[in-house]
Amino acid sequence: MSILVNKDTKIIVQGFTGKEGSFHAEQCIDYGSQIVGGVTPNKGGQEHLGKPVFNTVSDAVKTTGATVSMIFVPPAFVGDAVMEAAEAGIELAVIITEGAPVKDMQAAKAHATKHGMKTLGPNCPGIITAEECKIGIMPGMIFKKGNVGLISKSGTLTYEGTNQVVKAGYGISTAVGIGGDPIIGLSYNQLLPMFEADPETECIVMIGEIGGDLEIQAAKLIKEQITKPVVAFIAGQTAPKGKTMGHAGAIVSGSAGTAAEKMAALEAAGVTVVVSPAEIGLAVIKAMAKK
Amino acid sequence: MNVHEYQAKEIFAKYGVPTPKGIMVESVDAAVLAAKELGGPVWVVKAQIHAGGRGLGGGVKLAKSLDEVRELADEILGMTLVTHQTAAEGKLVQKLYIEDGADIKDELYLSVVLDRKLEMPLIMASTEGGMNIEDVAENTPEKIITIPVDPAIGFQGFHGRELAFGLGVTDKAEQKNIISFASKLFKLYMENDAEMIEINPLVRTGSGEFLALDGKMGFDNSALGRQPEILAMRDLTEEDADEVEAAKYGLSYVALDGEIGCMVNGAGLAMGTMDTINYMGGTPANFLDVGGSANAETVAKGFEIILKNPNVKAIFVNIFGGIVRCDRIANGIIEATKITDVNVPVIVRLDGTNAPEASEILNNANIANLIVADDLGDGAAKSVAAAKGE
Repeated sequence: MSILVNKDTKIIVQGFTGKEGSFHAEQCIDYGSQIVGGVTPNKGGQEHLGKPVFNTVSDAVKTTGATVSMIFVPPAFVGDAVMEAAEAGIELAVIITEGAPVKDMQAAKAHATKHGMKTLGPNCPGIITAEECKIGIMPGMIFKKGNVGLISKSGTLTYEGTNQVVKAGYGISTAVGIGGDPIIGLSYNQLLPMFEADPETECIVMIGEIGGDLEIQAAKLIKEQITKPVVAFIAGQTAPKGKTMGHAGAIVSGSAGTAAEKMAALEAAGVTVVVSPAEIGLAVIKAMAKK
Repeated sequence: MNVHEYQAKEIFAKYGVPTPKGIMVESVDAAVLAAKELGGPVWVVKAQIHAGGRGLGGGVKLAKSLDEVRELADEILGMTLVTHQTAAEGKLVQKLYIEDGADIKDELYLSVVLDRKLEMPLIMASTEGGMNIEDVAENTPEKIITIPVDPAIGFQGFHGRELAFGLGVTDKAEQKNIISFASKLFKLYMENDAEMIEINPLVRTGSGEFLALDGKMGFDNSALGRQPEILAMRDLTEEDADEVEAAKYGLSYVALDGEIGCMVNGAGLAMGTMDTINYMGGTPANFLDVGGSANAETVAKGFEIILKNPNVKAIFVNIFGGIVRCDRIANGIIEATKITDVNVPVIVRLDGTNAPEASEILNNANIANLIVADDLGDGAAKSVAAAKGE
């Protein structure tokens, strides 16, 4: 078991033949992910990385039976690509591209929801079920299989957290990068219940950051619905107000969205909150021992 | 990206959102000419900087004669304005906006922002204009009305009625005016990829019209590529020079007031590194994300920007190599120390792909001042010690 994706998941790539799309699709194939084809307009009928190329997502879905799309198209075309995937019957779109306009994502997410399609990202490292299926740009070799589920807004903190979990002697069931943009797809409150229901996952690491209030909403849900131990780190305790810290959504506006208020809310919900990502490994050891 | 008040008002005017008449000037003589052209009898002389609180800081003043316009323009132009939104050293005033005085009956508040929870734009309004809206939200939240507008349907009549009744506008002509005002504002918010528009105060005049007395606008940086007219309004003198320079090389940089320079790949890990330094008793000097594909050139540029800050006593390079191999980054660091004169201890933590090879490369390079760390905690501790001269 795992969440959302596994060794049987059939995946297509939008922006398949581009530089980034090609490089990462190849890495995913090497990892063992079932990339069954890709979409690049006007290249339909060709073959790329040994897989068929289609002109439209609709053609790709009809021919391959893919349920997940990994999106690498340039920022200005992300909204269009997501809406196309939604209408073609894709069940989950994993949006890797960074820098998509917020207005486009707003419309695309609303459209995806209308068609029952889940989205991840944009501006995220993707999702990986350890030793089964990698859909994204993360270094696959660090994800040893195990019983810790991980949700993170940040790519490199996903790797840092995973590395510590593995060094602590545990492994990852599924790790999900949700992205740090102002509007994102699946977030803590959709993913936490999935990990709660997953028999393979025994402990959950959630990594958040300043800006917005998704972590505050998560604290409320954890208190009410999550029985598995949760370890959390919120990046940006030392970030100044009113400055965007790399991720478009990582900004403290006035007194809202600070790390301190998120940490307090999570602590009140019974979560083990660490003040440095360097403490994640130790906190997981303690959480697993207490279970 | 933010724009000046006079630029926001240019955009307002294009969409028919009423504002007082005004002219942007860059000299005292031009200020007087502008005042003559506007006609008077009263004018407002306004400093143009990218920060709120200009009035309280002495950057917005009323003139009742052309002589007074000259006097005030001379006083404000070239002054260093310090407000609650500027840094402590303030901002130099290089532009003025000379504006017609308005017949103010009362002052309201109106803004359009992105509501991240609802995932759609939100119109916020209040009868408490001219005050800090955060204070109003804190002390009298019932005086703020919020109206989410789904872009799929756009600004409808019912949104307008909620706004008018919410603000207690009962006169029918006035209702029509405020609804038309808000409808145009919403349209320009959407069409220009704005992130926020704030009008504080929005004034009601004696004749029942609504005017944007101030105008603040911010835009979605990710959308500037398709908004050439907005991008042309960018005023680089209002932005931090080091941040602008860093951005040219794909680096995301924010200066802080501590002693330990940080160079990290990824925004989350960069913040996590600052937090860890703080936790270990040190102070971060900056946020710096070198991006996913750090190489010798970007690392060298990173060192150069970090070292411009005279407070920096040590640099912590914290890289988690994912797709990028650590041995290549290690070579990049060695190259970078040849290009840039690094005169403070550099603590390097490389983890991930090919990390052992990278340690070996760094250990064999015999670079003075270079300290290799095993992990994030070790690197932060060594950086804090190095900054203290230990």
